[in-house]
Amino acid sequence: MNSLALFLTVFVACAVEAVEALTIVLAAGLTREWRSTFQGMAAALAVLAVTVAVLGPALTLVPLTGLRLVVGALLVVFGLQWLRKAILRASGYKDLHDEEAIYERQSAAARAATSRGRRGVRDWYAFTLSFKGVLLEGLEVVFIAITFGANQQDLGLAAAAAAAAVVVVAAAGIAVRAPLSRVPENSLKFAVGVMLTSFGVFWGAEGAGVSWPGNDAALLAIVPATALVGLGYTALLRRARAARAAVPAAERSAA
Amino acid sequence: MSRWLRSFGAFWYDFVIGDDWRVAAVVAVALALTAVLVHAASVNAWWLLPVAVIGALGWSLRRATSGKP
Repeated sequence: MNSLALFLTVFVACAVEAVEALTIVLAAGLTREWRSTFQGMAAALAVLAVTVAVLGPALTLVPLTGLRLVVGALLVVFGLQWLRKAILRASGYKDLHDEEAIYERQSAAARAATSRGRRGVRDWYAFTLSFKGVLLEGLEVVFIAITFGANQQDLGLAAAAAAAAVVVVAAAGIAVRAPLSRVPENSLKFAVGVMLTSFGVFWGAEGAGVSWPGNDAALLAIVPATALVGLGYTALLRRARAARAAVPAAERSAA
Repeated sequence: MSRWLRSFGAFWYDFVIGDDWRVAAVVAVALALTAVLVHAASVNAWWLLPVAVIGALGWSLRRATSGKP
């Protein structure tokens, strides 16, 4: 895999998760208090940075074949989760991720909560809301950055891509001062799901002992094939849903 | 303590396995079969995992949408 694919996959995955984290941080900061919110965010980013700093170099010590088998399997399972959700959302079987609705929900809960200081933090609710939001969304990014970076033996580039995405999303959030609801989250999640699944299949099978026809060039077939399968399933589900909706309508008009 | 351990385990299960454990099971079995074919039967079974992934995704989507309007 070339460095551009590594950078883009981690960047897009991180951007999607950063958009979701931004919604929670904004809800905490705008409805409660910014200082505690930033403290929570900084604490979560510190935990994530330590995780990368400890796990990243540790993974590079594992023999590459074993690493590819385990990490490939995890990436396939993880990628299929993203792909499955994106397909269900694109075909209408699952609600689209609505940042504005989530922001309203989080803001209402934040307004209703009582204000209490604890352990040197002025507003414990804002701190924990921000900490949990950034940590949980960030864990997925850390997982992707570490697995991609370790397999490609370029953890620095993966970390740079993740950091660049956080900076871009944070700058956009500061400029807009609202949840980034216009970001096509589902399309980005579909793209990330395709990349994670494709690289997971490639590395997982290699770890199991397979020699891919064309070696690394096989990825040029696996990635588009995975995308086509995902788009095909989306089209099939959309058609099935439309057909199901048409049957009761026809029954009603016949009655 | 046991409640904390349960929540910790549930978080990681949800994080890695997600909504459908069958997908993870199919991937694990496909990788094991690939390794057996490569090392025990000298068959370069590069096609097995992609086929299993396509099948597992379709199966999971079918289960998630069956009976839904």
